[in-house]
Amino acid sequence: MTIKNKAYIAGIYEHPTRHAPDKSTAQLHAECAKGALEDAGLTKADVDGYFCAGDAPGGVMPMADYLGLKLRHLDSTETGGCSYIIALGHAAEAIAAGKCSVALITLAGKPRTGPMPPRAFGPEVDFEAAYGATTHNAYGMCAMRHMHEFGTTSEQLAWVKVAASHHAQYNPHAMLRDVVTVEDVINSPMISDPLHRLDCCVVSDGGGALVVTTPEIAKSLKRPLVRMTGHGESLKGPNGGRKLDLTYSAGVWSGPPAFAEAGVTPKDIKYASIYDSFTITVVVQLEDLGFCAKGDGGKFVADGNLISGVGKLPWNTDGGGLCNNHPINRGGITKIIEAVRQLRGEAHPKVQVPNCDLALVHGTGGLLGVRHAASTAILERV
Amino acid sequence: MTDKPKYPAPVGNPETAHFWDAAKQGKFLIKRCTACREPHYFPRSICPVCFSDQTVWEESKGEGVIYSYSLMRKSPTGPYAIGYVTLDEGPSLLTNFVDCDLTALKIGQRVKVVFKPTDGAPLPFFTPVG
Ligand SMILES: [Zn+2]
Repeated sequence: MTIKNKAYIAGIYEHPTRHAPDKSTAQLHAECAKGALEDAGLTKADVDGYFCAGDAPGGVMPMADYLGLKLRHLDSTETGGCSYIIALGHAAEAIAAGKCSVALITLAGKPRTGPMPPRAFGPEVDFEAAYGATTHNAYGMCAMRHMHEFGTTSEQLAWVKVAASHHAQYNPHAMLRDVVTVEDVINSPMISDPLHRLDCCVVSDGGGALVVTTPEIAKSLKRPLVRMTGHGESLKGPNGGRKLDLTYSAGVWSGPPAFAEAGVTPKDIKYASIYDSFTITVVVQLEDLGFCAKGDGGKFVADGNLISGVGKLPWNTDGGGLCNNHPINRGGITKIIEAVRQLRGEAHPKVQVPNCDLALVHGTGGLLGVRHAASTAILERV
Repeated sequence: MTDKPKYPAPVGNPETAHFWDAAKQGKFLIKRCTACREPHYFPRSICPVCFSDQTVWEESKGEGVIYSYSLMRKSPTGPYAIGYVTLDEGPSLLTNFVDCDLTALKIGQRVKVVFKPTDGAPLPFFTPVG
């Protein structure tokens, strides 16, 4: 079964808050759900499928009950920050299979005002937990090896932040709105070698939601039409320590099926939302998705290729996780939201890609460098 | 108080108990599959390569090279360096580098295992040699 053209993204909502000491996490989920349904022109009563991940308080049962949903399909796949790109694919599959007709996907959390939920460990716990793998040093190990094998430099990585900051200056909600230079990035304090403070994303409260529906329902609504044409997902880990290679991500497996299902190639993509937990994350994913050869990601970004209106591949035009927001340290859903804005022509005029009819959304979740998932979606304006 | 173990004790389970018993004797074990001959780490009862249940314990020399690393500059317990070591026997494993100048680590550098005490079984870490 293909999902191609069988599911449409009818509603999007990005919570405007970046700091929510006065709200509960469930409340943020609900505000996002309400916002996305209103954007679609649908109501809660229309929802018959619900998708959430580990950030939903208590999981899918208490959250669906809190929202007052009557469901015939539910899914709570937990793959960190790319959970929502996987949820988008699973929602499309459920819709294509007739399991539901209006799917709601929500994300929300408050890492800025409260503690992060503790990380869940698996069977590796005794053999890894004591060594203190965090987002910073796990991605630092990837950057270190990428530099070693391909000669990638800190200056090249910095260009990813520079591009994000060029876009964020036009986003009134972005946490960081100052345009930065390569020097600003490499002169910022070293956090975990070789990643500097400005190689890292922001930490924000907030959330987002999506409404995914059938072609028939989408066409009955008064919104621009955006449909899914391809999807892929995969996982990568140390694999028993066998053939360890930190220079690539699970994107090498999630990208090809998504492109194949959509019947397009990287050259056809007009806009890319690519998860930017760190600058190195973007460089690795650009290579893994085929936007440049393996090892050439540093050169690709250093040519300004990610800057809208300047480069070959306009990317993360809301400022991304590096400058705009990173709700509950999970940037997957905001990548989908900005891609839909681009396809609708609703991005900020300063960063809107002209005639943007084909977009890619891609993200990773978990820890690149230890174990992570990746998911890719291809979206098209009808 | 300076001798107080700084690291959490392994919880242990029936599948890995032998690893921790050997660690108490200063031995560093890996698992090898007798069906496909491939070694792996961390230990599993069923081979992650061929899914055979014929896996056996094997003592490793505990020597290898740094595959990659990252020095976390600040943490509640001070700076620490995480990384992967590729053992001479083949498998790579996640560890911390200790008892050395953390700013002088290099990819490709030779390292060997050192056990550090906990309130339970000791934990394997790695330190540069030569
Ligand atoms: Zn085997």
